[in-house]
Amino acid sequence: MSDPRVAGIGLTHFGKHPERTGRDMFAEAGLAALDDAGADPDDVEALYYGNFMGELAEHQGHQGPLMAEAVGLDVPATRYESACASSGVAVREAVKTVRNGEADLVLVGGAERMTNIGTAGATDALSIAADDLYEIRAGMTFPGAYALMARAYFEQHGGSREDLAEIAVKNHEHALPNEHAQMRQEITVEDALDAPIIADPLGLYDSCPITDGASAVVVASEEYAEEHDLDAPVAVTGTGQGGDKMALQDRQYHARSPATEDAGEEAYADAGIGPDDVDFLEVHDCFTIAEVLALEGLGLYEVGEAIGAAGRGETTRHGDLPVNLSGGLKAKGHPVGATGAAQVVSITKLLEGRHQRADDVPDATTALAHNAGGTVASATVHVLEVQE
Amino acid sequence: MTDARDDKYDDLLDAIAEGEGYYIECDNGHGSLPPRLACPQCGSQDISEEPLPDSGEITTHTTVTVPTPQFEDDAPYVTAIADFGPVSVTGQIRDAEPEDVETGDVVGIGVGETVTNEERLIVFEPR
Repeated sequence: MSDPRVAGIGLTHFGKHPERTGRDMFAEAGLAALDDAGADPDDVEALYYGNFMGELAEHQGHQGPLMAEAVGLDVPATRYESACASSGVAVREAVKTVRNGEADLVLVGGAERMTNIGTAGATDALSIAADDLYEIRAGMTFPGAYALMARAYFEQHGGSREDLAEIAVKNHEHALPNEHAQMRQEITVEDALDAPIIADPLGLYDSCPITDGASAVVVASEEYAEEHDLDAPVAVTGTGQGGDKMALQDRQYHARSPATEDAGEEAYADAGIGPDDVDFLEVHDCFTIAEVLALEGLGLYEVGEAIGAAGRGETTRHGDLPVNLSGGLKAKGHPVGATGAAQVVSITKLLEGRHQRADDVPDATTALAHNAGGTVASATVHVLEVQE
Repeated sequence: MTDARDDKYDDLLDAIAEGEGYYIECDNGHGSLPPRLACPQCGSQDISEEPLPDSGEITTHTTVTVPTPQFEDDAPYVTAIADFGPVSVTGQIRDAEPEDVETGDVVGIGVGETVTNEERLIVFEPR
């Protein structure tokens, strides 16, 4: 069994593009990925596409075939919906399909149009990733849900709003040169602490922005890549997925993410690596506290220890374990259905030395992509490694 | 949204409003809220309705200042999770200033209405 290669990558600008339709954005990302791969588009055998709120934002369901035709492909196309982990799940399906020999070349990605429905509309649309009966009807918003997790974390392990602000400052700094990123301005801890509170203890700068954008990845079998002389040195060597109870109230933990733990363990075992082998990673920092929970769930920090990692400089681009060199969801932006595949795009660019922050990880060979849905009732982890 | 009842959920709210709240317990002692045909913790289908304890303890809470449109006129409001022993419940805290709410506070459970749309919801009242 050989490891599928990341043969091509494509990304739109992440930001406020309320007038752009989902199909227009995915066409740009998908065609860019196909062009980057240099493979014959006629060889693509399937499309795996992630999208979360298409019905609410664009009155558009059944987006798989729509997106296939947008990139000029006549292939079976399926939409995957796992809230903010939609394209992480799609990547996993693409990788499994290529790995088990059912296809040699597939396109995977995602798109989300969000800003056209405004902040209130997007807050409402995002909230439906929670349990309607027992969370939404009690007024749970997504910032509210992560605020519940942040307070539980503070109570159990300590930590402060200043610690969370350090994460926001780091990810904003990382995004500065990223031409695809939504937020390319430096912020200070004071800026973050002084910003309006959304759901205490979380403020505006603890939250990712509302974003429009699309991402795409061409996945090829090793045999296809070799036969067609594709320049594709990065392979997906491990994949994992975990799940948890939908509602926070039904979870054993409010300050841990077992779905991330399970996905990470599966992906590490699949790739034959452990946490010590990870050179850098992209994690699902929809809120600053989510980065903390992800790093602990992935076994990179003991439970209760990751809260101070950014402040100590360990996860900055100059630290031992750079986290979210793209800027993360926090600063790059979070078009939810596009995020999981966008992480794979960023990591591939970093490993291949063609990302604006690649100079910060010149010798890196191994990286992780961690994508989460809801309050981490869904999680995917992928291991990417440079081959040869 | 639909005007149709959500059976079992609305039945529970009716019961809580009458002071006769209940939860679902499986033969392994796991608690959950209806509708359930199987225990979400262990999958057991040997389940029964048991009386909800009279009071719970706040395990985490937040004051939401940026709401969804359905809670536009309610904000700011406090959403909390309360531990009732075998089961935890999410609700809004009433009759308390947001800054006075603390983890560990003991609360009773009831059914209130949203200001915005007069929709029913689970509420907690400090004891």
